[in-house]
Amino acid sequence: MNSPRHSALVRVTHWLTVVSFVALLVTGLEIVISHPRFYWGETGNVNMKPLFTIPIPSSRDTVPTGYGYVMPDQNGWSRYLHFESAWVLVLTGLVYAIASLLNGHLRRDLVPERGQRSLAAHWERMRQYLQRRRPGADETSSYNVLQRTTYLLVIFVLFPLVILTGLALSPSFNASVPFVVNSLGGRQTARTLHFFLTWALVVFFVVHVAMIAVSGFWARMRGMTTGTTATVEPTVAEEEVA
Amino acid sequence: MKPISRRALITSGLAAAGVAGLAAADRIGRRHGLIPPDCRGVYGPGETLTYAAHRLLTRDAMAREFPRSMISKTPFANEVAPPSAEFKKLQAAGFGDWRLTIDGMVAHPMTLSLADLRSMPTHSQITEVVCEEGWSYVAEWIGTPLSGVLREAGVLPQARYLKYFSIQPDWSDSIDIADAHHPQTFLTMGMNDGELPVGFGGPLRLRVPRQLGYKSVKYITRITAIDSLKYQGDYAWFAGI
Repeated sequence: MNSPRHSALVRVTHWLTVVSFVALLVTGLEIVISHPRFYWGETGNVNMKPLFTIPIPSSRDTVPTGYGYVMPDQNGWSRYLHFESAWVLVLTGLVYAIASLLNGHLRRDLVPERGQRSLAAHWERMRQYLQRRRPGADETSSYNVLQRTTYLLVIFVLFPLVILTGLALSPSFNASVPFVVNSLGGRQTARTLHFFLTWALVVFFVVHVAMIAVSGFWARMRGMTTGTTATVEPTVAEEEVA
Repeated sequence: MKPISRRALITSGLAAAGVAGLAAADRIGRRHGLIPPDCRGVYGPGETLTYAAHRLLTRDAMAREFPRSMISKTPFANEVAPPSAEFKKLQAAGFGDWRLTIDGMVAHPMTLSLADLRSMPTHSQITEVVCEEGWSYVAEWIGTPLSGVLREAGVLPQARYLKYFSIQPDWSDSIDIADAHHPQTFLTMGMNDGELPVGFGGPLRLRVPRQLGYKSVKYITRITAIDSLKYQGDYAWFAGI
């Protein structure tokens, strides 16, 4: 009996993250529609010059968009769901991060292996992707160096930053921990960064799903759901069972 | 009968402990004012976590105050419904007949004119108005802390919320006692060294700077102290996020 491709902790926290991330993304975009203008610094409103504007209609008639109509207001439920999903994401992330530190998942599976901690090693693996060479046998049970570095960046840089910039939008959080919003350069800067960080996560999400599609979508989904290792093509494995 | 498996035993044990734990948390939460009025429904757990976290960790925190140089040159008033006939009549008379009623669970219900409020200690704060839509501005707000008015009215210890009403129909909101007594919660009558303009809530606006702009209701005429609150709104009751 093979050991599972992903531990139960990784599988559960992975899917909780997917669900909360999608909810945060959809509700976040709904909230943006009520003011699709972005600013830099502490303050910003329709009487001030924006850093940039997203060319979409707004759900508020006070925002000059150039469109002759106003979108329906979805902010009530969107905001409720945004912050509830944020709790799921933060608590899931905490459980994952603490457990990964304690059980060695971080050191064993995520930190690039000794001898791989160089730009050259990353480039070498990138070339393998670009030349569409099949991954070696060592990658059936382990992440390659590009995966490791990407996952580390997403889990320990992008997600913490998107959470911090989100917290810096909360008036009560800013009252108790003014350091965060002040060191980011103001609340509107935090809002703009929150928006950019979201897109960085969306880029990761798209590439991540594309890579899974290329490497065998259902086998990977099964690996992340039931934990079953699928070292052979799923159809062959099923024939053997039959 | 099937023997009880170890897994079933552990699962049901955990479930029972979870239910007991939730019940205990609910009791403690209610006693210490950590449960918001919109704690039920799909979004209840998230709201309860947010509200409880703030009341446990940041009860006395002060909203950020800014230097005078950061006061927005172009604040945004946001739009409100057209003024009611009652408002227009009071406005025509220079708001001399504007009255604020304090009632409900108070020892001394009272009715105050703007002159009465101006004779109370005047404070100012340079704080940011943060709208749930995303925009913001910084202004100086001049008025009298609500806590002083509440002291004079003698809010009874069993009061847990304040509900406050605008002169505009169907416009009211509520805060808990912690925010009611917070030193930055102001009955505001002035803005940036002048009278509070009507667009920004003049003649009387309740400023709650630790929460989003929608809690700072404009044109306040009545504040009532209550011990329980049924909240029905599309937006989260606690807007400190």
